[in-house]
Amino acid sequence: MNVIVCIKQVPDTTEVRIDPVTKNLVREGVKSIINPFDAYAIEEGVRLKEKFGGKVTAITMGPPQAEGVLREAISLGCDDAILVSDRAFAGSDTLATGYTLSKAIAKIKDYDVIICGKQAIDGDTAQVGPGIAAMLDIPQITYVRKISDVKDGEITAERSTEEGYEVVQTKLPCLITVVKEINTPRLPSLKGKMKAKSAVIQAWKAVDIEAEADRIGLKGSPTEVWKIFTPPARAQGMILQGEAQGSVDQLVDSLKGLLY
Amino acid sequence: MSGITVYKDKCIGCSLCVKACPFEAITVVDKKAVIDLDKCTLCSSCVEACRKTNAIEIIRETTRTPDIEKYKGVWVFVEQKKGVVQPVAFELLGKARELADKLGVGVAAVLLGHGVKDKAQELIQRGADTVYVTDDPKLEHFLDEPYARILANLIRKHRPEILLSPATSIGRSVVSRVAVQLRVGLTADCTALDVNLEERFLLQTRPAFGGNIMATILSRHHRPQLATVRHKVMKELAPDISRKGHIESLAFDRSFFTSRTKVLEVVDAVTATVNITEANVIVSGGRAMAGAANFKMLEDLAGVLNGAVGASRAAIDEGWMPYAHQVGQTGKTVCPKVYIACGISGQIQHLVGMQSSDIIIAINRDPSAPIFSVANYGIVGDIFEVVPLLTKKFKQVV
Amino acid sequence: MIDYLLTEEQQMIRDLARQITDEKIRPVAAEHDKSEKFPWEIMKVMAQSDLFGVYIEQKYGGLGGGVFELCLATEEFSKGCAGIAICYSASALGAYPIILFGTEEQKQKYLPAIAKGEKLAAFGLTEPAAGSDASALQTTAVKQGDHYVLNGVKHFITNGGDAEIYTIIAMTDKTKGPRGASLFVVEKGTPGFSFGKKEDKLGIRASSTRELIFDNCKVPKENLLGKEGMGFIAAMKTFDMSRPGIGAQAVGIAQGALDEAVKYSKQRKQFDKSISTFQGIQWMLADMATEVEASRALVYASAREVDAGKKHVGVHSAMAKLFASDIAMKVTTDAVQIFGGYGYMKEYPVEKFMRDAKITQIYEGTNQIQRNIIGLGLIKESAR
Repeated sequence: MNVIVCIKQVPDTTEVRIDPVTKNLVREGVKSIINPFDAYAIEEGVRLKEKFGGKVTAITMGPPQAEGVLREAISLGCDDAILVSDRAFAGSDTLATGYTLSKAIAKIKDYDVIICGKQAIDGDTAQVGPGIAAMLDIPQITYVRKISDVKDGEITAERSTEEGYEVVQTKLPCLITVVKEINTPRLPSLKGKMKAKSAVIQAWKAVDIEAEADRIGLKGSPTEVWKIFTPPARAQGMILQGEAQGSVDQLVDSLKGLLY
Repeated sequence: MSGITVYKDKCIGCSLCVKACPFEAITVVDKKAVIDLDKCTLCSSCVEACRKTNAIEIIRETTRTPDIEKYKGVWVFVEQKKGVVQPVAFELLGKARELADKLGVGVAAVLLGHGVKDKAQELIQRGADTVYVTDDPKLEHFLDEPYARILANLIRKHRPEILLSPATSIGRSVVSRVAVQLRVGLTADCTALDVNLEERFLLQTRPAFGGNIMATILSRHHRPQLATVRHKVMKELAPDISRKGHIESLAFDRSFFTSRTKVLEVVDAVTATVNITEANVIVSGGRAMAGAANFKMLEDLAGVLNGAVGASRAAIDEGWMPYAHQVGQTGKTVCPKVYIACGISGQIQHLVGMQSSDIIIAINRDPSAPIFSVANYGIVGDIFEVVPLLTKKFKQVV
Repeated sequence: MIDYLLTEEQQMIRDLARQITDEKIRPVAAEHDKSEKFPWEIMKVMAQSDLFGVYIEQKYGGLGGGVFELCLATEEFSKGCAGIAICYSASALGAYPIILFGTEEQKQKYLPAIAKGEKLAAFGLTEPAAGSDASALQTTAVKQGDHYVLNGVKHFITNGGDAEIYTIIAMTDKTKGPRGASLFVVEKGTPGFSFGKKEDKLGIRASSTRELIFDNCKVPKENLLGKEGMGFIAAMKTFDMSRPGIGAQAVGIAQGALDEAVKYSKQRKQFDKSISTFQGIQWMLADMATEVEASRALVYASAREVDAGKKHVGVHSAMAKLFASDIAMKVTTDAVQIFGGYGYMKEYPVEKFMRDAKITQIYEGTNQIQRNIIGLGLIKESAR
């Protein structure tokens, strides 16, 4: 069973702050991390390998420094890592990103399951995973909370829904996106860290994946950011201190017309 | 030529762009900004930072949809589950009606499923002019492949300029595939929508970076413009039984219904009191709940207010509540009318999941807890004292 | 902290142990302290991260480091919970006799499972009547054909009952005194080998301490480590190796308490100021920090000396254990003092550090015994 895990290097959004004067995002000193949902994808890929054999390849599209998350992926049990990086990819939206990654995956060829985190915490779109599946014309199972079985060229999984879950079966090769519930990622191992240190990370450019020029980067991206602004700050609330019964009475009175 | 340009004559060397660049791609040399193109991802953060001086521009040269002017009308992809149209569909129809009226075009709803035919009339009452229905046993359960195939086919045939879909687990999965099949833009999880009447493009506003900033996204040169829209943000129209519309039942060749994926079982494990994405009132507990048994207290309060119970990551990780209840970055994003945070300190990871709630009420022992900075109302006190009193008081008035 | 010029590999060990401590150990430390539940879930994490093998040769599945690497990991774990840390390092104590005196077959048989963390090891010397006086051992091993028959009771054995592999000292010839002691490997599940009650302890409560009971326990003769009569010397050599580890545990406990004290002194306001602005507190913190650093330097130097294969390391490793444990007791007591009344309460983490510190002055040779070793060493050296 060969698995491809798509990961993304993201700024730790919990450290991102707004400059009170310029209203710009202050990203100075914010560290880059593996997108948290992708950590579950890596763990699930490694578990599939441990159960069924084969290998796990981590792939990311990003600037050269995104190599860091690939090394981390190796320390967590991935066997191979590919960095898809080219100036020509700059400015990609989800459509162009999905296309680029699908071309890279097509070049890897030999895979049974592609695993993505359900979404990235910087963009929160959840669009790239299904986009890759559509480009490769393979089936998908999104929001997977458990892989129940893999046999005879089919995978059975539980797909989270708003109301609960569905048990879904599809044919391999396929793409799945995973939610937090699926596993608890392991910490790296020492042997993994040593392997990660010396691992050769393959770097693929646009020509290596035979990407069409008008489908990547700015040119291949139908959407553009027109305006960025900070959401209006919430007004200072009414904070009640003191004796509890009094606070409760005052609060409930204030909510008249809203809750009752 | 596509790319980023610094106009040296305009640049004043203020280095605001240097600070704004998340990729450390900009340096100031001789009081002029210089961009390292190997590091630049054209994310446009610097363009934003330079708004006042306007010395940086990203020029985009992109493909465009042929016959773009022939695309007319606003569509809604209707989400149904077990034959029941989901409330979010009505919210989207309300918004679609507003946008269509501005643009002077019609609203169409696409209803796919099994045993759903008789639901088409209600969609008209809620704002649709046309309803395209495909009612087929093969569509009983949501399946990405046939749903995407039929939707893409209808779009190719009728050429709407806008398609709105709910940003739910179904909507996001299917429309992402449709966008790829049509090679058009898609904007996720919008919380505000408007149209520009001159160029007829859709202004799609959505939170990014966990809600720290808002971004307005455009797709100028491609049609249709696809957007998924957050539940509980748009206003639905009251049903108008006098509204007239046209219902078109569509049959497709069997090949449209093939699917490599099949649904073996649907388990609705989540009861109404748990479905925090649907609830109008959420009572959430954090680390200070100090144990699973204490959540009974929150269930009591939620019960009185007809709400659901949520929990912070700390409480979920302790195993006090199942994951389906988690609000926050790695859980669910919710926007109820009222969110009551009990013993939740308000880590940013939690705030991003609930700060778009209409009213936030915080109860915490620590007056300096960050949760109070987003709260409309706060009570500084012990949750074990305050929450039961609150339940009692609401019982009297509700 | 002084830069001890760690190799890249050593830094990885320290960083990984720190990550495990921050993410996995610290959040559950208080709970294990209360429930005394053995921390199997943490043992699993340490195993998966390859940390049980840091001091074991690569050919047995380890990473090929030594006592120093073991100390680095033990110190980090001890910052979070000394009880959980000792479950880890006591396995090394049980493994050392096999590393030092085992035949190739014995090493092949036992070390890989210990290195992978699949099995924990334990060391059994102490008996109810033989604490500091190891020559008073009562447990006997009588050779009968192709096996030995063990009878007797060991007590206060760390990892007792939870470990799979035990290295046990028993008398093969009581008439010879200390020279009649021998060392055996006994596996859990061997008929006649059972466990007594789990002790209810002041500190390191996450770890298990039990009696080992041998009742006509038949052990194959292949399980003898080294030769008959070498047991006592083997035990002393083992302690020479393991004492820096106790020192490292003490350094970790002291550092953990110091970190908490610094943090708290900045938060706590009295007389409208953070108490960290008071010179009285600053001086206490300064002494604590200096003493912790001195302990660390001594522990690291002694561990490196052991790993370099120097002879007569006993005096220095005794110094490391003695000094670091006395400092841990002092620093943790001071940390409680800085916390004031809050420090005395279990809601805050420092009282646990103080309770945990006490054992480091007692086990693997009381600090009085350490002073004997150092004193005797000095006299011997001057006579050379």
